[in-house]
Amino acid sequence: MSFAIGLKCRECGATYPSEARYVCDFCFGPLEVAYDLDAAKGVVTRESISAGPSSIWRYADLLPDPGYEPVDLGAGWTPLRRAHRLGELLGVKELWLKDDTRNPTGSFKDRVVSVALSSARRLGFSTAACASTGNLATSVAAHAAAIGWPSVTIIPSDLEKSKIAMTAIFGGTVLGVEGNYDDVNRLCVELVSEHPDWAFANVNLRAYYAEGSKTLAYEIVEQLGWRTPDQVVVPVASGSQLTKVAKGFREFAYLGLSEGPSPTLFAAQATGCSPISTAFAEGSEIIRPVRPNTIARSLAIGNPADGPYVLDELRQGGGDGGSVSDEEILECMGLLAQTEGIFAETAGGVTIATLRQLVGRGSIDPNKSVVAIISGHGLKTLDAIVDTATVTATISPSLASAQAALGVHELVAAS
Amino acid sequence: MSVIVRLPSQLRVLVGGAGEVQVEAKNVKDAILAVEALHPGLASRVLDDNGNLRRFVNVFVVDEDVRFLDGLETILEPGQTVSLVPAVAGG
Repeated sequence: MSFAIGLKCRECGATYPSEARYVCDFCFGPLEVAYDLDAAKGVVTRESISAGPSSIWRYADLLPDPGYEPVDLGAGWTPLRRAHRLGELLGVKELWLKDDTRNPTGSFKDRVVSVALSSARRLGFSTAACASTGNLATSVAAHAAAIGWPSVTIIPSDLEKSKIAMTAIFGGTVLGVEGNYDDVNRLCVELVSEHPDWAFANVNLRAYYAEGSKTLAYEIVEQLGWRTPDQVVVPVASGSQLTKVAKGFREFAYLGLSEGPSPTLFAAQATGCSPISTAFAEGSEIIRPVRPNTIARSLAIGNPADGPYVLDELRQGGGDGGSVSDEEILECMGLLAQTEGIFAETAGGVTIATLRQLVGRGSIDPNKSVVAIISGHGLKTLDAIVDTATVTATISPSLASAQAALGVHELVAAS
Repeated sequence: MSVIVRLPSQLRVLVGGAGEVQVEAKNVKDAILAVEALHPGLASRVLDDNGNLRRFVNVFVVDEDVRFLDGLETILEPGQTVSLVPAVAGG
């Protein structure tokens, strides 16, 4: 069973029943799913969770939907890998990578979409939609296809070709908007008023959708043997993931499922779109929107709705926010691939480059454990690397030609 | 000078269900207060106690976020549309 009891406004505390409602009627504050955690205490146990499926639905009791018939392509329960080689390179003693490239459509968005569409189906919807920087669109289109729903995914028209293709192949309607994500987002908020019968995963289903990100924290704790890590680096776009990861750690602690103190969270952004890290560095309460200009398109949200809550989490927990250049992003995509064999999208480069920056700055303690969340697969952002990641040499099919090329190019061991 | 104020579904009940309201206004704040004068209750939903925009409300003039313009003081041209949109993100 799910211990969800309805929706609650994060700003003014107003409560609502479990329905498709995404902002507080009064103050426009964001709504969150509320749970009766006291009733869950002692019922949701390490044993009950361990007996569940190898997906996010092992945590169904702590998700908005009971998970009897979830909309499920197998999201979650991705590997948490000890990264010895990358850790050594960055000077971090105990580095772990949460490898969310391994999700069904290659990004952590499968977690949130599986939850959002499960709730949508229970609430009586039959069309899926979203505003997206790419990964969400792909996941919505795939999950909708699997249950025979039409989908309408709305993205900036100049996204990476691979992300557009990965979305379109599922057969839904894909609208490319001549504008950036913030334009797309605004359009979708207006569209939802005209199409209240569409389940926009991250608009009218947002409260449910966002809960999916909590499972990252649950899995990290469970995979570490039910202990919390000391520090977690989270890529930040709208801020929803970091906020919900924090909520996940808190819920597990409240339920007595985890050992260890609350982890310190760190926000990773690209310099070309770092409104939250900038506000944090300036000590500002207000997040000034920016016009994104970065190769990390999945993080290119210039007007992050959950930004204020990210600032709260960073400040309360003693965390920090970093921002890194496109050059550093590409370099760290390479580092991650060459030390750990993980091919991540540009957002993964942002996470690793920010980790390196914050260790250098002294905000991250290299003698304590660190988990870095790698949120999406490198095949999604091939555009960023195709010009540089290419053949070492082009040769004719002859031994002489091969040997000549091998003589010029000495064999390179990974880092 | 007549401008159009577009409202999200959450505010339409305040104006009898309409998605937009036509008012006379020279800037964004005037436009909000003009709707308030016709349909009391709107301003307190959009502005905080100090008269600033609530942090989860976005306002667009035509297609531009007023935070890139002059905020509530942004000047309106006749016939322009002011859209009030709840802040929601997540890519």
